[in-house]
Amino acid sequence: MHIPDGFINAPTCVVGGVVAAGLIAVSVRKAAATLDDRQIPLAGLVAAFIFAVQMLNFPVAGGTSGHLLGGVLAAVLVGPWVGSLALSVVFAVQALVFADGGLTALGLNIILMGYTTCFGGYAVFLLVRKVLPKTATAVVGASAVAAWSGVVLASLVFTFYYAVGGTGGAPLGTVAMAMIGVHMLIGIGEAVITALTVSAVLSSRPDLVHGARDLRPALTIQTPAGAPAAGRAR
Amino acid sequence: MKRTPITLFVLLGVGLTLVLAFFVSPLASSAPDGLERVAIDQGFEGQATEHAMATGPLADYSVAGIHETWLSTGLSGVIGVVLCFALAAALVLAIRWVRRRPTVPTA
Repeated sequence: MHIPDGFINAPTCVVGGVVAAGLIAVSVRKAAATLDDRQIPLAGLVAAFIFAVQMLNFPVAGGTSGHLLGGVLAAVLVGPWVGSLALSVVFAVQALVFADGGLTALGLNIILMGYTTCFGGYAVFLLVRKVLPKTATAVVGASAVAAWSGVVLASLVFTFYYAVGGTGGAPLGTVAMAMIGVHMLIGIGEAVITALTVSAVLSSRPDLVHGARDLRPALTIQTPAGAPAAGRAR
Repeated sequence: MKRTPITLFVLLGVGLTLVLAFFVSPLASSAPDGLERVAIDQGFEGQATEHAMATGPLADYSVAGIHETWLSTGLSGVIGVVLCFALAAALVLAIRWVRRRPTVPTA
């Protein structure tokens, strides 16, 4: 979903750059407040993994492909603040080194594929987790639903960009329908990859999954059989 | 409950990531992605302008000078993985470092 230079006009790109810089500054402050040492290698791993998997375009329909955006995955694994920073690194490397995604559109891309999925998708994750039982399976299910939602949300954000500063004169309604339609399919791939990855990390190191932190007390605190101290944890 | 030590966990993760980047990325679909498809169908793909880095040594996930396509793609993936790991870890390390020293020396 990388926007190249030229699709969105210059003023919109400038505003996007300023907004993205502001969001990154907020992420740095928020991340600083909650950082622990383990998040240094984990942030590196999340960025590296998302970079690699973004290269793995999978076919969706009639000569079209899609790739992971990764925001929900990053947010579930390391939290949305560190996650959004890891993703911003990925998009910057892609644009500056691999000529993928325009340089003038970098800010727009960071908001579109990073912050939209990292925060919009993660909000869906938190909502779904509220209605499901507190189990590891529910975390995986919620991450899948959130991952799909994040991609569709990003297709709406692109449509918004196109409405504000799109070039080429395509009718907004058809751009919106086409974007949402194809990304409802691509989102399925996003959901599968996100669920598999979250599930793999949960099975080896559940304590490293930010989005499952609330499961830890229930997993580790042993109470005598029949004691009501376990609270809501079944 | 035996846990994988975090160093081993990260090493295994990076190892798997490198395998994906080197061996699997050359097999990826080269069909237009969702946005490219929409741009083609809606007639605005011609608006895209030349990327300033389009002639760079790693442009479009290939390594300049290596003509074996799968190797070129695979190596570019490995370089990207290493760069992303190093930069993201360095960024978080820098954030923690600054937080631990509220008075940053003005060097």
